[in-house]
Amino acid sequence: MPDERTLQVKVWRGREDGRFQAFTVPRRASQTVLDVVTWIQRHLDTTLSYRYACRVGMCGSCAMTVNGKPRWTCRTHVDKVADGDILTVGPLANLPVVKDLATDMAPFFDKWTKAEGRFVPEDDRPREFHVVPPDTRERQAANAGIECIGCGVCYAACDIVRWNRDYLGPAALNRAWTLVNDVRDAGNDARLAAVAGDAGCHACHSQEGCRTHCPKQINPTASIAGLKRATAVATIKGRL
Amino acid sequence: MNASSILPARSHRGYAAFVVHRVSGIGLAAFLPLHFLALGTAIQGEAALDSFLRWTDHPLVKLAETGLVMLLAAHLAGGLRLLALEFLGWRDWQKTAVAVAAGFSLAAALLFLLNLGM
Amino acid sequence: MTARAETRLWLAQRGSAAVLALCVIVHLATVIYAVRGGLTAAEILGRTRGSAAWMAFYLLFVAAVAIHAPIGARTICREMTAWRGRSLDVAMALFGLLLAALGLRAALAVFS
Repeated sequence: MPDERTLQVKVWRGREDGRFQAFTVPRRASQTVLDVVTWIQRHLDTTLSYRYACRVGMCGSCAMTVNGKPRWTCRTHVDKVADGDILTVGPLANLPVVKDLATDMAPFFDKWTKAEGRFVPEDDRPREFHVVPPDTRERQAANAGIECIGCGVCYAACDIVRWNRDYLGPAALNRAWTLVNDVRDAGNDARLAAVAGDAGCHACHSQEGCRTHCPKQINPTASIAGLKRATAVATIKGRL
Repeated sequence: MNASSILPARSHRGYAAFVVHRVSGIGLAAFLPLHFLALGTAIQGEAALDSFLRWTDHPLVKLAETGLVMLLAAHLAGGLRLLALEFLGWRDWQKTAVAVAAGFSLAAALLFLLNLGM
Repeated sequence: MTARAETRLWLAQRGSAAVLALCVIVHLATVIYAVRGGLTAAEILGRTRGSAAWMAFYLLFVAAVAIHAPIGARTICREMTAWRGRSLDVAMALFGLLLAALGLRAALAVFS
């Protein structure tokens, strides 16, 4: 028997100023939110703008706010999140809106750079390869955070990002922490200086929005706590 | 309507812990100068402090005092959770820390209330 | 404020928090116990007057609070209002001095 059920979907239209537009969409088994958005764009309103790429939970491009929470829409089953038969879809919070469901990710990645979130090699070519045993404390700490694909969900889930323009955010700080724990990296003095202070790790209040919503189960709260300890030690030793 | 009405997610436990910690901190910071001033009346002698304490006998004041005890206990418990998170590194039991903190605050307030009646 | 200064502020806040954790536990227990049977000035002052140990304890408590509260208040102002910068830092330092002064006066009133 064909599924006659429908879904009432409210979708953000516009830029910073806009409105939620209502659509009625057929409800299907195993439907994801990305399926719903795509159906709207193909059958009801071709002017709807949104982003996706892999649609299998690898790239993070399809992140949006679904019923108040930031999620990967390709991995979010409608049945799990619909409020009865109502779905509200908006762009990720805390980022400028380009159009409809697409946000400008530039501020997110700019902060990645500001946090010195890139590997810095040693000046001289080392004579021996660095040996990095996988079971050392540092390597385990780094491994816990390196799966980040920069989807922006944690950034959208964080109230400090909302209140503090300059706050580097959970993803950038998490990446900095993985590099602090990379024994091959030579840039930690500059990195610790970059992540310390009111715009850095010390602004985190451990609300754990990042950890709660990260689709890869990364724990930026723990990484940021690690940065707090690292910057404190560096300050006490006079290296910051 | 503005897109800034799309809020960061706020329904997780850690957010509630943050709100309680912030509100209790503001409450305590506002209360403290008054607390010091009240105690300072003892400089004028026992009678001065006593007349203030008689004012606090009013049941509404006693209720407010119970609230303050709860604020203090809540701020302490939340603070211990933060110190554990920041200095001990991540442990699984930290997820339940919020619930434990809440329980502790309620217990402290109840104890205070009970002792008032004795 | 520089990153180094802000890190030191964070350290001061966590350090004073650790001291306060102990002080508050003692204070809560004392208050909950002392409040039995009602509170009179005679009772309180009878216990506290002349006690050097309690005086020292509460002076430590006051010092820790005078460090801890203004730093917290500064963060709240920066996040929830438009107030930041030098004027906020000065105002918060003054708040700390106020707490220290009032607290010292209260400790002297009750313990000496």
